[in-house]
Amino acid sequence: MAYVAIADRDHEIEHHDPQTFITKYVWSQDHKVIAIQYGGTAILVGLIALGLSAMMRLQLGFPDTFSFITPENYYQFITMHGMIMVIYLLTALFLGGFGNYLIPLMVGSRDMVFPYMNMLSYWVYLLSVLILIASFFVPGGATGAGWTLYPPQAIMPGTPGVDWGIVLMLVSLAVFIVAFTMGGLNYVTTVLQARCRGMTLMRMPLSVWGIFIATILGLLAFPALLVSAIMMLLDKGVHTSFFMPAISSMGANPGYTGGSPILFQHLFWFFGHPEVYIVALPAFGIVSDLLSTHARKNIFGYRMMVWAIIAIGGLSFIVWAHHMYVSGMNPYFGFFFATTTLIIAVPTAIKVYNWVLTLWEGNIHLRVPMLFAIGFIFTFIHGGLTGLFLGNVTIDLPLSDTYFVVAHFHMVMGVSPILVVFGAIYHWWPKITGKMYNETLGRWHFWMTFLGTYAIYLPMHYLGFAGVPRRYFAMGNTDFLPDSAQDLNAAITISALFVAATQILFFINVIWSLRKGPKADSNPWHATSLEWQTPDTPPKHGNWGHHLPECHRWAYDYSVPGYADDYIPQNVPASVAPAGRDHGGAH
Amino acid sequence: MAFAVVLILLVVGSLLFHLLSPWTFTPLASNWSMVDVTVDITLYVTGLVFVAVNLFMAYCVIKFRYKKGARATYEPENKKLESWLTLLTAIGVAAMLTPGLFVWGQFVNVPEEAHVVEAVGQQWHWTFRYPGADNKFGEVDAERISADNPFGMDPDDPNGQDDILVYSPEAHIPLGKPVKFLLRSKDVLHDFAVAQFRVKMDLVPGMNTFLWLTPTEPGRFEILCEELCGIAHHTMRGAIIVDEPAAYDTWLAKQSTWAMNSTMVAGNAAVGAAQYAVCAACHGQQGEGLQALNAPKLAGQSAWYLKRQLQNYKSGVRGAHQDDTYGKQMAPMAATLANEAAIDNVIAHIQTLPEQTPPATIEGDVANGAKEFAVCAYCHGEDGMGNQALNAPRMVGMTDWYLKRQLENFQQDIRGQHPTDFYGFQMGLMSRTLYGEQELNDLIAYINTL
Repeated sequence: MAYVAIADRDHEIEHHDPQTFITKYVWSQDHKVIAIQYGGTAILVGLIALGLSAMMRLQLGFPDTFSFITPENYYQFITMHGMIMVIYLLTALFLGGFGNYLIPLMVGSRDMVFPYMNMLSYWVYLLSVLILIASFFVPGGATGAGWTLYPPQAIMPGTPGVDWGIVLMLVSLAVFIVAFTMGGLNYVTTVLQARCRGMTLMRMPLSVWGIFIATILGLLAFPALLVSAIMMLLDKGVHTSFFMPAISSMGANPGYTGGSPILFQHLFWFFGHPEVYIVALPAFGIVSDLLSTHARKNIFGYRMMVWAIIAIGGLSFIVWAHHMYVSGMNPYFGFFFATTTLIIAVPTAIKVYNWVLTLWEGNIHLRVPMLFAIGFIFTFIHGGLTGLFLGNVTIDLPLSDTYFVVAHFHMVMGVSPILVVFGAIYHWWPKITGKMYNETLGRWHFWMTFLGTYAIYLPMHYLGFAGVPRRYFAMGNTDFLPDSAQDLNAAITISALFVAATQILFFINVIWSLRKGPKADSNPWHATSLEWQTPDTPPKHGNWGHHLPECHRWAYDYSVPGYADDYIPQNVPASVAPAGRDHGGAH
Repeated sequence: MAFAVVLILLVVGSLLFHLLSPWTFTPLASNWSMVDVTVDITLYVTGLVFVAVNLFMAYCVIKFRYKKGARATYEPENKKLESWLTLLTAIGVAAMLTPGLFVWGQFVNVPEEAHVVEAVGQQWHWTFRYPGADNKFGEVDAERISADNPFGMDPDDPNGQDDILVYSPEAHIPLGKPVKFLLRSKDVLHDFAVAQFRVKMDLVPGMNTFLWLTPTEPGRFEILCEELCGIAHHTMRGAIIVDEPAAYDTWLAKQSTWAMNSTMVAGNAAVGAAQYAVCAACHGQQGEGLQALNAPKLAGQSAWYLKRQLQNYKSGVRGAHQDDTYGKQMAPMAATLANEAAIDNVIAHIQTLPEQTPPATIEGDVANGAKEFAVCAYCHGEDGMGNQALNAPRMVGMTDWYLKRQLENFQQDIRGQHPTDFYGFQMGLMSRTLYGEQELNDLIAYINTL
């Protein structure tokens, strides 16, 4: 039987509209509802992680002040903060949230190709979150092994949560990976199989490209984390020795023999480095679309941008050991991984140039999403450049394991993606809810967040230069740190508390908009991509009414010469408007 | 407009912050000046890009901000420009990578003449081993580690007999000579880092790792563990003392070897009994302690702990702080013990004294104390009986008012701040997890119930 594209079979496929409140909003198979469930859950659990970071900062800024922060719960806070932010917030939000919402709408599909599995993905994700949160309440509390969970320490006495916390953490990760796989297979298949007529790969908006490649990275990288979680569970539960050599722990011999702690690190970072790009690539894609739309200009160098995403994705699998330069692995690996790591700077730099060149000769509307997008470029440049220090093997000798590392990765994979998350929420809010947000509140939210986070992380690099190690509950006295390092820490804490508090502006805006926000136009930014061309706002179940859209051009026909409007939607035929530069060829 | 101005101010502010920051590398004390050079090259290249790209972006935001009736230029791509930018970036990357790889090449190739020192990490201490006269280390094995053999030495290995064992987190190395630190962990990951030397490396149980350097400045340099190793990670400190070669040789000659350790004579309790008469005046005939004279109970305390404290009193590590009223009384008493044998003897006698539980003098909320005790238990044990492997003394069944005073001394830096009192320093940091007298009382009330 000949293959017929899903889009061409659209009239044959029956679409059952959900009938009851439960099937519409709870056990929903609609990608838009699932996206909101994913996003809402991720943001809620992210707020917990934000609270944990505030506690950590209190201890670091003002040691010997807060009796409720002991070394035990300090290390539990750092561990849970890191894991929640990286996995349960950012990964879930970008792929489960934005991936779910944007892919079908942007490629002109009615839904994900496996809606039932998509629904399961969310509920299994929720289960993983609940298991993770439960670990706070078991005897001994959550694990305090650091988010990297390095053995032997993660399963040996001396670390909080060594009985229950670590087990729940590993089980939660395994469950999360099941959830991610169900979602991820959906996103990839939908991009490959369910695009509307005319939507060639090289006509897709960069948001879809970023999410698509990030999902492939996730599908290839998460299994490494899954096996390491299972192996560590076995080491902990039935005393295998995958990661456990013969040791003497606190004067006793726990009976392990022959395992390798470094093996865990290789597995962890084989997942962990692509994970950075699982978060970054969707952010790269989304920010490209925000910049282009609000600058009224095509994204500069679209093809180069696509290939850069693919190149970064590919290279991200051969740089992992740059997290391990001083781990004790064979030091000769350093030459290889430093070289691959610095090579990855080239496609990344190209992306930055092209974002900035998109602004060149644009007609820039500094609306809230655009503020966040440009703010992202600034913080990402900063975080990317400090990555060149840490990627360059020699410089890890002084700077690894110091606050320079903490500052670097928060700038590049904390602040930068979060700025994109906020920019994207403001950008698509009118489409998702049908309501406008409050522009003034949005601006205040941007300025507080942008300037506040920079005040946290710029100085933090200098604590690292001075030699302050990360993951220290308290510094005490040293013979080389000036006393002013503590003053700097206090200032950083004040900035951090300020930023945390100002996030309330976002939630006020959300509530205000939902209750009193003016009704949104179906395409308030005059954007070209398909999600803005739906017959209903917010889009109804099935997205497109009776007829699927057809795509006639790339997603960046802004300010095309000879055409009155400064944008041409992707579904406008060439006969109606002159085709802008079409990168797609015939198909 | 405001946005562009802010961007420009951020760029200028970042540069000013960098130039004016007092938080920079601590002065270098090793041969690794090339590490600093690599960092500087990277700073210049990245600094230039940071300024250039952000100022260009700010310019765009000013120049091309929305104007009614204006229209953006339609320019999908510009092959030539993109190629140039790619090439320039590649050159910049190469400029940074080349020195990086070059210096790393030096780091992984240890000079042949380097002498070797083994740094051994454990939760949450450092000890050291020198290969001795034969310049060869004896075999070690984690499974042989015990209280009597903390290094896990093989007693039958001839190479190990002259190995010099330093039971202290402080080691000496000679100035101007390359030294290779062989790194070994007994339990979990640790990291050997000395800020002034610029190099660091993890310790990994089950294998040996290394780093090397040539010290270029004499002095005392602090070792920090920089790989998370449990709740007392931040207290895992040590020191490297860089001596003139002659002073180094003198120091090394005074250290004892594995063979000497294993043939050490136990203290003689009978001889010690006579010496104990001095102690008994305050601490009581049975070593039961006497609160009226501020003398704590000694009977039942671990021998290794008593020995370290007596040595600390003798050498001025303890009892020298001006506010340590009772410690200052103890110091001259400890000085009456002429040598190590005398200390061993008197401790041997104390070990023979009968165990009796002193009266509880402190009351508090036992339930709250149990919560406070959770952190203490990591080292001192759930039963509060102490653990020699962690250098943690017994807390239970000892005089409680003394325990309270010592915790207060630790909190107020009266005890634990002498540069070589590494274990006291740890306790100083940990004592700060207790807040106010009530928490102290609660904790001790709980310990009294154990």
